[in-house]
Amino acid sequence: MHPLLAWSAPTNLPQNIAFGILAAAIVVSAIRVVTVQNVVHAALYLVIVLAGVAGNYFLLGAEFVGVSQIIVYIGAIVVLFLFGIMLTQAHIGRVGQLDNDQRWVAAAVALFLAGTLATVLQLAFRDQKINFGPLQRTSDIGISIFQTYVIPFEVVSIVLLAALVGAIVIARRD
Amino acid sequence: MLINQFLFLGAFLFCTGVYGVLARRNGVLVLMSIELILNAVNLNLVAFGAFDQTVAGQVFALFVIAIAAAEVGVGLAIVLLIYRNSHSIDLDKVAEMKG
Repeated sequence: MHPLLAWSAPTNLPQNIAFGILAAAIVVSAIRVVTVQNVVHAALYLVIVLAGVAGNYFLLGAEFVGVSQIIVYIGAIVVLFLFGIMLTQAHIGRVGQLDNDQRWVAAAVALFLAGTLATVLQLAFRDQKINFGPLQRTSDIGISIFQTYVIPFEVVSIVLLAALVGAIVIARRD
Repeated sequence: MLINQFLFLGAFLFCTGVYGVLARRNGVLVLMSIELILNAVNLNLVAFGAFDQTVAGQVFALFVIAIAAAEVGVGLAIVLLIYRNSHSIDLDKVAEMKG
């Protein structure tokens, strides 16, 4: 049988059902994010996509990343998006044309990319399974960040500081 | 579970984001599509981390989340500036930077 149709293999059946539900929600909502003609609705569909991806992190045993995704993306970034929408639009709702006239070219590019990626992934990973070994605890992530990846961590903090100052300088009214 | 389940989902999210970046002309919606792309990358990182049974994938996913927060902050500041200068965030009308 084709490996992607073997989802209902007896191993990890509950996880596979959960993955199917999450994937369906993500696929539908992601398409809505890029096609819906109402900016606020796009932001709300983005919430569903982000929550679905967080659910996938939980399925993969990465609960700390999942919780960070919920806090940072859904809690902060989407709120920032809504602020941006409110600040740049006089009225909420359908406002003119949100797509430009390169829509068909863009769809062709996206389909070509999807075909290429699907082919490469199918050739490379066929039916390799994820073997969930010993649990990766959050303390392991912390130790890894502060031992192996301490320099990238410090660089990220500098980047965040620079972005904070830069955003204030750019948006300041003077 | 197959690793390809997650990789295919990530590839789909990535392509959807690329379509959004190319086809939308509202600045905020383009930033949202970039978030879709970053989420696809994160999903791949975490999936490969689980595949290799290392925490490196999760660590880099956390880094990407931090960078995404910074990117959205600066991006929305730029969009606000464009709106203040031209009273619209139609990216097709921002042609001053054309060479």
